[in-house]
Amino acid sequence: MPFLVQFFQRAPSQRPLSVCFTLICLILLTCILLSLLIGAGSVNISQSWQALIGQGTEEATFIIRELRFPRTLVALVVGMALGIAGALMQAVARNPLAEPGLLGVSAGASFAVAIALLLGASAATLAAGVAQIGALIGCFFVMAAARLQGQFKDPVRLILAGAALSSLLTALTSILLMYDQRAADEIRFWVTGSVAGRALDHLMAVMPYFVIAALLTLYVARPLASMALGEKVALGLGHNPRTIRYLVMLSVALLAGSATAIAGPIMFVGLVVPFAARALVGPDIRRTMIMCLPIGPLMIISADILTRIIAQPTEMPLGVLTAIIGAPVLMMIVRAKRLPTLA
Amino acid sequence: MSELSQAPLGTETITLKHADHTIIKDLSVTFPKGKVTAIVGPNGCGKSTLLNGLSRVHRPSSGHIILESKDIHTMPAKEVAKKLALLPQETSAPDGITVRELIRFGRHPHQSFLKQWGMDDRTAIEFALKAANLEDLGERLLDTLSGGQRQRAWIAMSVAQETPLLLLDEPTSALDLGHQIEVFELIRALSSQGKTIVMVVHDLAMAARYSDYLIAMKSGEIIAQGTPKEVIQPSILEELYGIQCDLLDDPSTGTPILINVRRSGAPVTAKTSAASKKAKCDMAFS
Repeated sequence: MPFLVQFFQRAPSQRPLSVCFTLICLILLTCILLSLLIGAGSVNISQSWQALIGQGTEEATFIIRELRFPRTLVALVVGMALGIAGALMQAVARNPLAEPGLLGVSAGASFAVAIALLLGASAATLAAGVAQIGALIGCFFVMAAARLQGQFKDPVRLILAGAALSSLLTALTSILLMYDQRAADEIRFWVTGSVAGRALDHLMAVMPYFVIAALLTLYVARPLASMALGEKVALGLGHNPRTIRYLVMLSVALLAGSATAIAGPIMFVGLVVPFAARALVGPDIRRTMIMCLPIGPLMIISADILTRIIAQPTEMPLGVLTAIIGAPVLMMIVRAKRLPTLA
Repeated sequence: MSELSQAPLGTETITLKHADHTIIKDLSVTFPKGKVTAIVGPNGCGKSTLLNGLSRVHRPSSGHIILESKDIHTMPAKEVAKKLALLPQETSAPDGITVRELIRFGRHPHQSFLKQWGMDDRTAIEFALKAANLEDLGERLLDTLSGGQRQRAWIAMSVAQETPLLLLDEPTSALDLGHQIEVFELIRALSSQGKTIVMVVHDLAMAARYSDYLIAMKSGEIIAQGTPKEVIQPSILEELYGIQCDLLDDPSTGTPILINVRRSGAPVTAKTSAASKKAKCDMAFS
């Protein structure tokens, strides 16, 4: 215990990364286990446990292997992607409120998917590339808005512009999907997001995009860290700030687009996760991103577990729950007297 | 051109514009090797624009910036960063960064995706800490330092960059007198180790005292250049700032001191001479 006290007395930027990382990973592992054990249906925890150690009923084994396992895996990947996308976007926009969900990148991806569905694509064969294109267009809007932000020096303006875009796209998506005469479930999925009922095929389809995004992120991490010292300094250190910005936005589009393609638009994860990561390990972008890897899945998986418990025997949409967690965090950041600088 | 091939840094008829407004037109200048050069001049004379041009922040609309006889804009950014370090006027670092972490950024041009961190990086950082007299402050948070210490930490970052050239934009603009001297003495020490230093300095007295070479600019043009003694002449100061003054030699350093400073055309009365006494103090000690 004295060790923990001493640990939290240190400035976040001075805490050893390995300790923080291990700690969060342990919590995440517990959550993953819970996610396999807890469900909204009739299979209870002890039946699930039996199935997990290979002695369960056929029904329980099926539910865990075919429903809860893919669902947890999807949540894991989506959490990592959205957490990293949020951290990248905040660093490049120099705004602790920037988030792909709030700023319309995810909404752009869903909107693109809705158009594709309306034009006759079927949800099963839909190429993940469509969502990427929508996310990329959303990113361009954000960059244009971020440029305006430079003139006003007000982080909240960017969020206002993004929220307006996001609401508009979400409304348009709903309208388009209503024309499509499909089940309400599918409409809800592309408007609020969910990790339920996703097969491993969906995940495999977007994996290549995640791999490209991961390589891009590794490449830009160092130059991006130097941009926190100001663009002139980054330039003086031999980096090209403009190229870095474009690469980062491309990476955000790939991450948020792919995450949306498998889980629908999930808001606030990209806001809350880097915020928590910075509170733990300080503002260095490399440290923040490493912590986002376990914190992102932790948030989505624990929220997903709650969706199964709260409205039993049915489930609550995941996007609704992340908003319930995320909105107060947003208020808290905005209400803080001094916005934490990322510059 | 023969001059340029010897000087590590210079410009060939560069024109620098802000939007459509021409700040500097067809300017050619070279900076002497191994010396401290100070660029001085009134507000808006283009001295910061020139420095931004030299450091690639601002791309000239015509002309060339020559770094070791090559056009700087044809060189890879990383190669430039190994030869030329830059400290902008306004710097800001993330909360919670330590002095050592800041200095580590100076190693970026020497690192790459594959070569992340090596022995030479470690040596360079220890050297930079020592050069800036920050050995005891390496683990301190940057926010907790005094203004002078903080500025020395930023300069140490550029020392870790191990470049023969260092550009500084008003390195002491936000510092009080003691801290200004602290920073200028570090700059002198770096120069004595062989660095070529070019800095924009607002304060003429400080520029005269701590530089080997002065370049005086007005309206985007160079009015005079040479040793501080050659440049600080009543006629040149009148042209630069619209002031009249008398000069004395500083008894200890021999650098010129301005006294009896007054606006051009103002008659010398008892009152203005009293006011000019105060102005003298302001000039010398602000």
